[in-house]
Amino acid sequence: MDLQGFGHLLVSGAWVTLQLALASLFVGLIFGLIGASAKLSRFRFARWLGTLYTTFVRGIPELLLVLTIYFGGSMLLMGIGSWFGYDEYIEISAFVAGVAALSVAFGAYATEVFRAAIQELPKGQWESAYALGMTRRKTFFRIILPQVWRLALPGLGNLFQVLLKDTALVSVVGLDELMRQAYVASGYTKEPFTFYMAAAFIYLGLTVIATCITMLLERASNPAARGARA
Amino acid sequence: MSWDWSIIWQYLPRLLDGALLTLELVAISGLIGIALAVPLALLRVSPNPWVRALPFAYIFFFRGTPLLVQIFLIYYGASQFEAVKQSVLWNLLSEPYWCAIIAFSMNTAAYSAELIRGAIQAIPRGEIEAAEALGMSKPLQVRRIVLPRAFGIVLPAYGNELILMLKGSSLASTITLLDLTGMARTIIARTYTPLEIFFAAGMIYLLISACFIGGFRLLERRLNRYQHYRHHIAHEMTEVDPRLQD
Repeated sequence: MDLQGFGHLLVSGAWVTLQLALASLFVGLIFGLIGASAKLSRFRFARWLGTLYTTFVRGIPELLLVLTIYFGGSMLLMGIGSWFGYDEYIEISAFVAGVAALSVAFGAYATEVFRAAIQELPKGQWESAYALGMTRRKTFFRIILPQVWRLALPGLGNLFQVLLKDTALVSVVGLDELMRQAYVASGYTKEPFTFYMAAAFIYLGLTVIATCITMLLERASNPAARGARA
Repeated sequence: MSWDWSIIWQYLPRLLDGALLTLELVAISGLIGIALAVPLALLRVSPNPWVRALPFAYIFFFRGTPLLVQIFLIYYGASQFEAVKQSVLWNLLSEPYWCAIIAFSMNTAAYSAELIRGAIQAIPRGEIEAAEALGMSKPLQVRRIVLPRAFGIVLPAYGNELILMLKGSSLASTITLLDLTGMARTIIARTYTPLEIFFAAGMIYLLISACFIGGFRLLERRLNRYQHYRHHIAHEMTEVDPRLQD
């Protein structure tokens, strides 16, 4: 495949794609944990908010989310700013809008994964921690969360694959990630097929690496199964 | 910041026009996608590793790359080759509408093939053996036993795939099509009211997915009615004889 000296453009684009994916993963996991806690809360209002979040976000296209946050986000922020007497122009960068949109979407799906994982844990885990005098919060962080991690990993791995592919959508609002760089390069060389194919193979490579890392993490998080196999 | 409901009402008819194109794209590519997915899935479960390799590569590529890349490969990429431009294929490939249909169909075919493969492998072994014991030939088994059973098993998962495809169809707007998202973007370019119009578009998407979910519940009851058999009989008996109620 002859990239005519535009290879470095694709590499820098892939780097931005990776940064975007990892940043969204980090924020999205936090959204997912908050969402799952809301859905399993004792308070009806929190449960209602959690359901609202997952139903809305999972029902609308990710592209629409990216566009809304990029074009509507600065308006929203300026509106909020003006309540507090701040009337300057606020602009959201494509990267920030991308991370916001992708992590909101990832968080909605992760909410369901975490919720299922938490519910899968035997009730006795909670009860024995209470019996030892641990508070609800302490039980959650010390006992439940480390075990949930193991149960949630396969689901989260799949979601990260989806997230990696969704980063391409942020090119629509002009972020210089892989897709956008392929577009730029094909504009110069008039060889769109070559460059989009190259981009496709880079995405393929990234998803394969992500799969391998998920598998390694699954092994690392489950010492019991490893012991049984040996 | 002000929220203007009237702008939503004013442009609702145009948004609904866009929604119609979205539905059209999903329906046509969904049908072509299934037509491609069934042979792909059947090849994928072949005992011959060489036969299995081709659908595997196809599915691996289409599931491992973003849909946006696939659309651009077809819409922009095809023009790189003179041979394509000279051929009859160009009539299709120069139209964004057909490029979107081709890309969506090929994409959903890969995902659905994987679902159908899972379903075929989930059919209890004994049912295939029973068909064999009755002397059914392989093609007859596939037609009468394997595929009808697989469709029943795959249905709930396919409902999810359809909703993912509905959401993916918004990418048609990146190649100038005026689907629901594309229409929303054109309206916003004129009115500069992104929050209101994107909100309205999002609500229409939600409404469509809600209809899909409801439709699939009904279809599932029909295709998997053996699971509701007892309930069904009990219901009919009470119709015959009211004394049997409760």
